[in-house]
Amino acid sequence: MKKQISLWQEFIKGLWEINPSFKQILGMCPTLAVTVSVINGIAMALATTFVLFFSSIMISMLKKLIPSQVRIAAYIVIIATFVTVADLVMKAKFPELSKALGPFVPLIVVNCIILGRAEAFASKNNVLRSALDALGNGAGFLIALVTMGGIRELFGSRTLLGYQILSDFFNPLLVMILPAGAFFTFALLMGSANAFTNRKNKIAREKISQKYQKSPEKILNSEV
Amino acid sequence: MELLIIFLSASIINNFVLSYFLGICPFIGVSNKISSAISMGLATTFVMILTAIVSWLLYFMILIPYNLEFLQIPSFILVIASLVQFVEMVIKKVSQPLYHALGIFLPLITTNCAILGLALLLSMRNYSFLESIVFGFGAGTGFTLALVIMASIREELELADVPKAFQGAPITLVVAGILALAFMGFAGMI
Repeated sequence: MKKQISLWQEFIKGLWEINPSFKQILGMCPTLAVTVSVINGIAMALATTFVLFFSSIMISMLKKLIPSQVRIAAYIVIIATFVTVADLVMKAKFPELSKALGPFVPLIVVNCIILGRAEAFASKNNVLRSALDALGNGAGFLIALVTMGGIRELFGSRTLLGYQILSDFFNPLLVMILPAGAFFTFALLMGSANAFTNRKNKIAREKISQKYQKSPEKILNSEV
Repeated sequence: MELLIIFLSASIINNFVLSYFLGICPFIGVSNKISSAISMGLATTFVMILTAIVSWLLYFMILIPYNLEFLQIPSFILVIASLVQFVEMVIKKVSQPLYHALGIFLPLITTNCAILGLALLLSMRNYSFLESIVFGFGAGTGFTLALVIMASIREELELADVPKAFQGAPITLVVAGILALAFMGFAGMI
């Protein structure tokens, strides 16, 4: 049997290694749409994490009961239930935020992150691991949304979380809070993430080749 | 006149893809070739019009009279999923060539957030029945337009020398950003 990774790694991998926004390229619509400001990004990520966490637990508990032919429909009903909870709570407690996010809270239902994790992870693993995986992915999503929201809010309206950061000398770049700014910011972030990963892989490869040049027999032996 | 404004607003000015960010996944995923972009756009437009009709009936004829608004999300998603399945079966029976052209794209449409977004927006804005249909048609046209433009640009982009880190999704996003800027030019139209 394949050796299982530790519970801590199960959580931590969602932050960077399989970050839902940058690496899996899932859930793009909310990432681009709601990140006009940091606070919107945080609210969206928390709502998504809530849904992801509870639906992962639920699906992981029910995985033996759901026949595999109708599993997608069953997952969607479970997810829709938790999205309704999140939507109604937000409408009641934070009406302003709920208005700012518009249809994107109900649209968590079709966010590919949730269905993707349900299908790829929660339906195959136990409850604890699924919960940790959901939290990790939620945290990764939060990181992505806060970074996006931070950059766009800082350059688009000179503020962070509503406090003015850049002085009045700096002309706000209106394009950043327009839809086009979302595309540009996300493209830049994704490009840098790719460049970083490429560099890391290159360094790792060079290390191996150096080792090989020093003592070829040793590595050959260890591989055999 | 009202209807024309709704159509123009949904298709060009508030384009679903470029200003509401709905349906980004197929926009990035299926915009490699013009032919598949057209098929995907047509399939989506077709489903959007049907969704507009069905979800309007569901929301204003069933959910509101019986005070069941809280069931909006699950009922919409189930109705859309079964509608898409049904359409797929009908097309398969009626027209084989059409099925082969649209077939593979239909199941993808179920999880396209543009469809659910359309249903949610028309219930939020209290459109009348006729307005909803026009809204659905406009949204579909706008989606097709954005997808086809994107596909034509990407076919040319194949020949360009893109930095390694930006190949694939990032460069597509940059192109989408420029397109969104171009579509901003329509903003003053109404």
